[in-house]
Amino acid sequence: MSHFLTIVLLGFLAITGIAILRMRELFAVVMLSGLYSLISAAIFVSLDAVDVAFTEAAVGAGLTTILMLGTLALTTGEQKTSNRAPLIPLIIVVLTGAALVYGTLDMPHFGDPDAPVQRHVAPRYLQASASETGIPNVVTSVLASYRGYDTLGEVAVIFTAGVGVMALLGRGRRRKREEEG
Amino acid sequence: MQHHLVLRVIAKLLLPLILVFGLYVQFHGDYGPGGGFQAGVIFAAGFILYGVVFGVRSLRTVAPPAAIHICMAAGLLLFAGVGVVALALGGNYLDYSVLAADPLQGQHLGIVLIELGVGITVAAVMVRLFYAFAS
Repeated sequence: MSHFLTIVLLGFLAITGIAILRMRELFAVVMLSGLYSLISAAIFVSLDAVDVAFTEAAVGAGLTTILMLGTLALTTGEQKTSNRAPLIPLIIVVLTGAALVYGTLDMPHFGDPDAPVQRHVAPRYLQASASETGIPNVVTSVLASYRGYDTLGEVAVIFTAGVGVMALLGRGRRRKREEEG
Repeated sequence: MQHHLVLRVIAKLLLPLILVFGLYVQFHGDYGPGGGFQAGVIFAAGFILYGVVFGVRSLRTVAPPAAIHICMAAGLLLFAGVGVVALALGGNYLDYSVLAADPLQGQHLGIVLIELGVGITVAAVMVRLFYAFAS
Protein backbone atom coordinates (compact mmCIF):
# COMPACT_ATOMS: atom_id res chain seq x y z
CA MET A 1 0.00 0.00 0.00
CA SER A 2 2.75 2.38 0.99
CA HIS A 3 4.70 1.47 -2.15
CA PHE A 4 1.62 2.07 -4.27
CA LEU A 5 1.12 5.49 -2.66
CA THR A 6 4.77 6.43 -3.23
CA ILE A 7 4.59 5.41 -6.90
CA VAL A 8 1.39 7.41 -7.45
CA LEU A 9 2.95 10.47 -5.79
CA LEU A 10 6.13 10.07 -7.84
CA GLY A 11 3.92 9.94 -10.92
CA PHE A 12 2.35 13.23 -9.87
CA LEU A 13 5.86 14.65 -9.44
CA ALA A 14 6.79 13.64 -12.98
CA ILE A 15 3.56 15.12 -14.40
CA THR A 16 4.16 18.38 -12.50
CA GLY A 17 7.74 18.51 -13.78
CA ILE A 18 6.63 18.05 -17.40
CA ALA A 19 3.89 20.67 -16.95
CA ILE A 20 6.49 23.13 -15.61
CA LEU A 21 8.69 22.45 -18.64
CA ARG A 22 5.90 23.14 -21.12
CA MET A 23 4.71 26.40 -19.54
CA ARG A 24 5.75 29.90 -20.59
CA GLU A 25 3.69 31.77 -17.98
CA LEU A 26 6.11 32.10 -15.05
CA PHE A 27 3.36 32.76 -12.49
CA ALA A 28 1.92 29.31 -13.21
CA VAL A 29 5.44 27.82 -13.12
CA VAL A 30 5.98 29.23 -9.62
CA MET A 31 2.63 27.84 -8.45
CA LEU A 32 3.42 24.43 -9.95
CA SER A 33 6.86 24.32 -8.32
CA GLY A 34 5.12 25.01 -5.00
CA LEU A 35 2.86 22.07 -5.79
CA TYR A 36 5.96 20.00 -6.63
CA SER A 37 7.35 20.73 -3.15
CA LEU A 38 4.04 19.86 -1.52
CA ILE A 39 3.92 16.50 -3.32
CA SER A 40 7.54 15.87 -2.25
CA ALA A 41 6.47 16.58 1.33
CA ALA A 42 3.65 14.04 0.97
CA ILE A 43 6.20 11.47 -0.26
CA PHE A 44 8.39 12.15 2.78
CA VAL A 45 5.37 11.63 5.04
CA SER A 46 4.62 8.30 3.37
CA LEU A 47 8.30 7.37 3.95
CA ASP A 48 7.84 8.23 7.67
CA ALA A 49 10.30 11.15 7.46
CA VAL A 50 7.93 13.60 9.14
CA ASP A 51 10.58 16.14 10.13
CA VAL A 52 11.89 16.38 6.56
CA ALA A 53 8.32 16.63 5.23
CA PHE A 54 7.69 19.47 7.64
CA THR A 55 10.71 21.39 6.39
CA GLU A 56 9.90 20.72 2.74
CA ALA A 57 6.31 21.89 3.13
CA ALA A 58 7.27 25.03 5.06
CA VAL A 59 10.34 26.06 3.03
CA GLY A 60 9.72 24.57 -0.40
CA ALA A 61 5.98 25.03 -0.76
CA GLY A 62 5.58 28.09 1.42
CA LEU A 63 8.50 30.48 1.55
CA THR A 64 10.17 29.69 -1.76
CA THR A 65 6.89 30.33 -3.57
CA ILE A 66 6.56 33.73 -1.89
CA LEU A 67 10.16 34.64 -2.72
CA MET A 68 9.74 33.52 -6.35
CA LEU A 69 6.57 35.63 -6.62
CA GLY A 70 8.54 38.56 -5.20
CA THR A 71 11.21 37.95 -7.83
CA LEU A 72 8.54 37.87 -10.57
CA ALA A 73 7.32 41.28 -9.37
CA LEU A 74 10.88 42.57 -9.82
CA THR A 75 11.41 40.98 -13.24
CA THR A 76 8.81 39.81 -15.74
CA GLY A 77 6.09 37.18 -15.82
CA GLU A 78 6.79 35.73 -19.25
CA GLN A 79 9.58 33.32 -20.15
CA LYS A 80 11.66 34.40 -23.15
CA THR A 81 11.71 31.82 -25.92
CA SER A 82 15.11 30.72 -27.10
CA ASN A 83 15.94 30.28 -30.79
CA ARG A 84 18.71 27.80 -30.24
CA ALA A 85 17.99 24.12 -30.78
CA PRO A 86 18.11 22.44 -27.36
CA LEU A 87 19.93 19.38 -28.74
CA ILE A 88 23.22 19.59 -26.79
CA PRO A 89 21.54 20.35 -23.44
CA LEU A 90 19.15 17.46 -24.09
CA ILE A 91 22.03 15.06 -24.73
CA ILE A 92 23.84 16.22 -21.58
CA VAL A 93 20.70 15.85 -19.46
CA VAL A 94 19.93 12.38 -20.84
CA LEU A 95 23.53 11.22 -20.31
CA THR A 96 23.62 12.60 -16.76
CA GLY A 97 20.27 11.03 -15.97
CA ALA A 98 21.39 7.67 -17.35
CA ALA A 99 24.61 7.84 -15.29
CA LEU A 100 22.62 8.61 -12.14
CA VAL A 101 20.18 5.76 -12.76
CA TYR A 102 23.14 3.44 -13.44
CA GLY A 103 24.65 4.62 -10.14
CA THR A 104 21.53 3.74 -8.17
CA LEU A 105 21.79 0.12 -9.37
CA ASP A 106 24.72 -0.38 -7.00
CA MET A 107 22.92 1.13 -4.05
CA PRO A 108 21.28 -1.05 -1.39
CA HIS A 109 17.53 -1.53 -1.72
CA PHE A 110 15.25 0.97 -0.06
CA GLY A 111 14.80 0.14 3.62
CA ASP A 112 17.39 -2.64 3.52
CA PRO A 113 18.34 -3.34 7.16
CA ASP A 114 21.84 -4.47 6.06
CA ALA A 115 22.59 -1.22 4.22
CA PRO A 116 25.77 0.50 5.50
CA VAL A 117 23.77 3.56 6.51
CA GLN A 118 21.66 1.43 8.89
CA ARG A 119 24.65 -0.38 10.40
CA HIS A 120 27.14 2.41 11.07
CA VAL A 121 26.15 4.84 13.85
CA ALA A 122 22.36 4.71 13.49
CA PRO A 123 21.78 1.73 15.85
CA ARG A 124 23.91 3.35 18.55
CA TYR A 125 21.95 6.60 18.34
CA LEU A 126 18.63 4.78 18.42
CA GLN A 127 19.62 2.69 21.45
CA ALA A 128 21.54 5.30 23.47
CA SER A 129 19.62 8.47 22.65
CA ALA A 130 16.99 8.04 25.37
CA SER A 131 19.49 7.36 28.14
CA GLU A 132 22.12 9.88 26.99
CA THR A 133 19.95 12.88 26.10
CA GLY A 134 16.48 12.06 27.49
CA ILE A 135 14.91 13.43 24.31
CA PRO A 136 12.07 11.27 22.90
CA ASN A 137 12.47 12.55 19.31
CA VAL A 138 15.69 10.93 18.05
CA VAL A 139 15.76 13.27 15.03
CA THR A 140 16.08 16.21 17.39
CA SER A 141 18.68 14.55 19.60
CA VAL A 142 20.83 13.63 16.58
CA LEU A 143 20.41 17.04 14.99
CA ALA A 144 20.96 19.14 18.09
CA SER A 145 23.22 17.05 20.29
CA TYR A 146 25.12 14.28 18.48
CA ARG A 147 25.51 16.37 15.33
CA GLY A 148 25.54 19.77 17.02
CA TYR A 149 28.54 20.94 14.99
CA ASP A 150 26.72 20.24 11.71
CA THR A 151 23.67 22.15 12.86
CA LEU A 152 25.81 25.07 13.99
CA GLY A 153 27.36 25.06 10.51
CA GLU A 154 23.91 24.98 8.88
CA VAL A 155 22.75 27.97 10.92
CA ALA A 156 25.96 29.78 9.95
CA VAL A 157 25.17 28.98 6.29
CA ILE A 158 21.66 30.43 6.63
CA PHE A 159 23.08 33.52 8.34
CA THR A 160 25.68 33.91 5.58
CA ALA A 161 22.99 33.50 2.92
CA GLY A 162 20.96 36.27 4.56
CA VAL A 163 24.01 38.54 4.69
CA GLY A 164 24.78 37.70 1.04
CA VAL A 165 21.26 38.63 -0.08
CA MET A 166 21.55 41.87 1.90
CA ALA A 167 24.84 42.65 0.16
CA LEU A 168 23.46 41.83 -3.31
CA LEU A 169 19.94 43.29 -3.13
CA GLY A 170 20.28 45.85 -0.35
CA ARG A 171 21.82 48.43 -2.64
CA GLY A 172 18.94 48.49 -5.11
CA ARG A 173 16.50 49.13 -2.30
CA ARG A 174 18.53 52.03 -0.96
CA ARG A 175 18.64 53.59 -4.42
CA LYS A 176 14.88 53.30 -4.71
CA ARG A 177 14.37 54.88 -1.31
CA GLU A 178 16.58 57.81 -2.31
CA GLU A 179 14.41 58.32 -5.37
CA GLU A 180 11.32 58.39 -3.19
CA GLY A 181 12.85 60.80 -0.69
CA MET B 1 -4.51 46.10 -0.74
CA GLN B 2 -7.20 48.34 0.72
CA HIS B 3 -10.15 46.51 -0.84
CA HIS B 4 -9.53 42.86 0.00
CA LEU B 5 -11.77 42.84 3.06
CA VAL B 6 -12.13 39.05 3.26
CA LEU B 7 -8.39 38.56 2.84
CA ARG B 8 -7.59 41.07 5.56
CA VAL B 9 -10.08 39.59 8.05
CA ILE B 10 -8.95 36.03 7.40
CA ALA B 11 -5.28 37.05 7.67
CA LYS B 12 -5.97 38.67 11.04
CA LEU B 13 -7.72 35.49 12.18
CA LEU B 14 -4.89 33.27 10.94
CA LEU B 15 -1.94 35.31 12.21
CA PRO B 16 -2.16 34.45 15.94
CA LEU B 17 -2.74 30.78 15.07
CA ILE B 18 0.35 30.71 12.82
CA LEU B 19 2.55 32.36 15.45
CA VAL B 20 1.30 30.08 18.25
CA PHE B 21 1.82 27.05 16.00
CA GLY B 22 5.35 28.30 15.30
CA LEU B 23 6.05 28.49 19.04
CA TYR B 24 4.54 25.02 19.51
CA VAL B 25 6.78 23.56 16.80
CA GLN B 26 9.75 25.37 18.35
CA PHE B 27 9.34 24.09 21.89
CA HIS B 28 7.70 20.74 21.14
CA GLY B 29 10.48 19.67 18.76
CA ASP B 30 12.01 17.47 21.47
CA TYR B 31 8.85 15.37 21.66
CA GLY B 32 7.38 15.46 18.17
CA PRO B 33 8.32 16.44 14.65
CA GLY B 34 9.67 19.93 14.37
CA GLY B 35 12.43 22.06 15.77
CA GLY B 36 14.14 25.36 15.23
CA PHE B 37 14.34 25.26 11.43
CA GLN B 38 10.68 24.52 10.86
CA ALA B 39 9.51 26.81 13.66
CA GLY B 40 11.60 29.68 12.33
CA VAL B 41 10.12 29.30 8.87
CA ILE B 42 6.54 29.07 10.21
CA PHE B 43 7.07 32.09 12.45
CA ALA B 44 8.51 34.04 9.51
CA ALA B 45 5.58 32.91 7.36
CA GLY B 46 3.26 34.65 9.83
CA PHE B 47 5.21 37.91 9.45
CA ILE B 48 5.36 37.53 5.66
CA LEU B 49 1.59 36.94 5.48
CA TYR B 50 1.16 40.19 7.38
CA GLY B 51 3.52 41.91 4.96
CA VAL B 52 1.77 40.52 1.88
CA VAL B 53 -1.74 41.48 3.04
CA PHE B 54 -1.12 44.77 4.86
CA GLY B 55 1.87 46.01 2.89
CA VAL B 56 5.60 45.94 3.44
CA ARG B 57 5.50 49.36 5.09
CA SER B 58 3.23 48.08 7.90
CA LEU B 59 5.52 45.09 8.33
CA ARG B 60 8.49 47.43 8.70
CA THR B 61 6.86 49.06 11.72
CA VAL B 62 6.05 45.65 13.26
CA ALA B 63 9.47 44.15 12.53
CA PRO B 64 11.98 46.98 11.99
CA PRO B 65 14.83 45.88 9.69
CA ALA B 66 17.38 46.93 12.32
CA ALA B 67 15.80 44.54 14.84
CA ILE B 68 15.72 41.79 12.18
CA HIS B 69 19.44 42.29 11.54
CA ILE B 70 20.18 41.98 15.26
CA CYS B 71 18.06 38.81 15.49
CA MET B 72 19.87 37.25 12.51
CA ALA B 73 23.17 37.46 14.38
CA ALA B 74 21.72 36.90 17.87
CA GLY B 75 20.39 33.42 17.06
CA LEU B 76 23.72 32.23 15.70
CA LEU B 77 25.55 33.80 18.65
CA LEU B 78 23.17 32.09 21.11
CA PHE B 79 23.94 28.73 19.46
CA ALA B 80 27.70 29.32 19.46
CA GLY B 81 27.50 30.84 22.96
CA VAL B 82 25.94 27.67 24.40
CA GLY B 83 29.03 25.85 23.11
CA VAL B 84 31.35 28.40 24.76
CA VAL B 85 29.46 28.11 28.07
CA ALA B 86 29.89 24.33 27.88
CA LEU B 87 33.63 24.90 27.36
CA ALA B 88 33.76 27.26 30.35
CA LEU B 89 32.01 24.69 32.55
CA GLY B 90 34.69 22.14 31.74
CA GLY B 91 33.02 20.14 28.97
CA ASN B 92 33.67 19.84 25.26
CA TYR B 93 32.36 22.42 22.82
CA LEU B 94 28.57 21.94 22.42
CA ASP B 95 28.56 19.20 25.07
CA TYR B 96 25.34 20.11 26.86
CA SER B 97 25.71 17.54 29.66
CA VAL B 98 27.75 19.96 31.78
CA LEU B 99 25.17 22.76 31.58
CA ALA B 100 23.20 21.42 34.57
CA ALA B 101 23.95 19.23 37.57
CA ASP B 102 22.06 16.33 35.98
CA PRO B 103 23.50 15.46 32.51
CA LEU B 104 20.03 14.70 31.12
CA GLN B 105 18.70 18.06 32.26
CA GLY B 106 21.81 19.71 30.83
CA GLN B 107 21.19 18.02 27.48
CA HIS B 108 17.58 19.17 27.51
CA LEU B 109 18.51 22.74 28.43
CA GLY B 110 21.22 22.87 25.78
CA ILE B 111 18.95 21.48 23.06
CA VAL B 112 16.14 23.91 23.90
CA LEU B 113 18.60 26.83 23.83
CA ILE B 114 20.30 25.96 20.56
CA GLU B 115 16.94 25.18 18.89
CA LEU B 116 15.84 28.64 20.02
CA GLY B 117 18.97 30.09 18.44
CA VAL B 118 18.25 28.21 15.20
CA GLY B 119 14.65 29.42 15.21
CA ILE B 120 15.57 33.08 15.79
CA THR B 121 18.19 33.13 13.03
CA VAL B 122 16.03 31.26 10.50
CA ALA B 123 12.97 33.44 11.15
CA ALA B 124 15.01 36.65 10.94
CA VAL B 125 16.80 35.61 7.74
CA MET B 126 13.49 34.61 6.09
CA VAL B 127 11.88 37.96 6.97
CA ARG B 128 15.02 39.73 5.73
CA LEU B 129 14.82 37.79 2.43
CA PHE B 130 11.21 38.90 2.09
CA TYR B 131 12.26 42.52 2.63
CA ALA B 132 14.98 42.17 0.00
CA PHE B 133 12.60 40.77 -2.63
CA ALA B 134 9.44 42.67 -1.81
CA SER B 135 10.72 46.23 -1.79
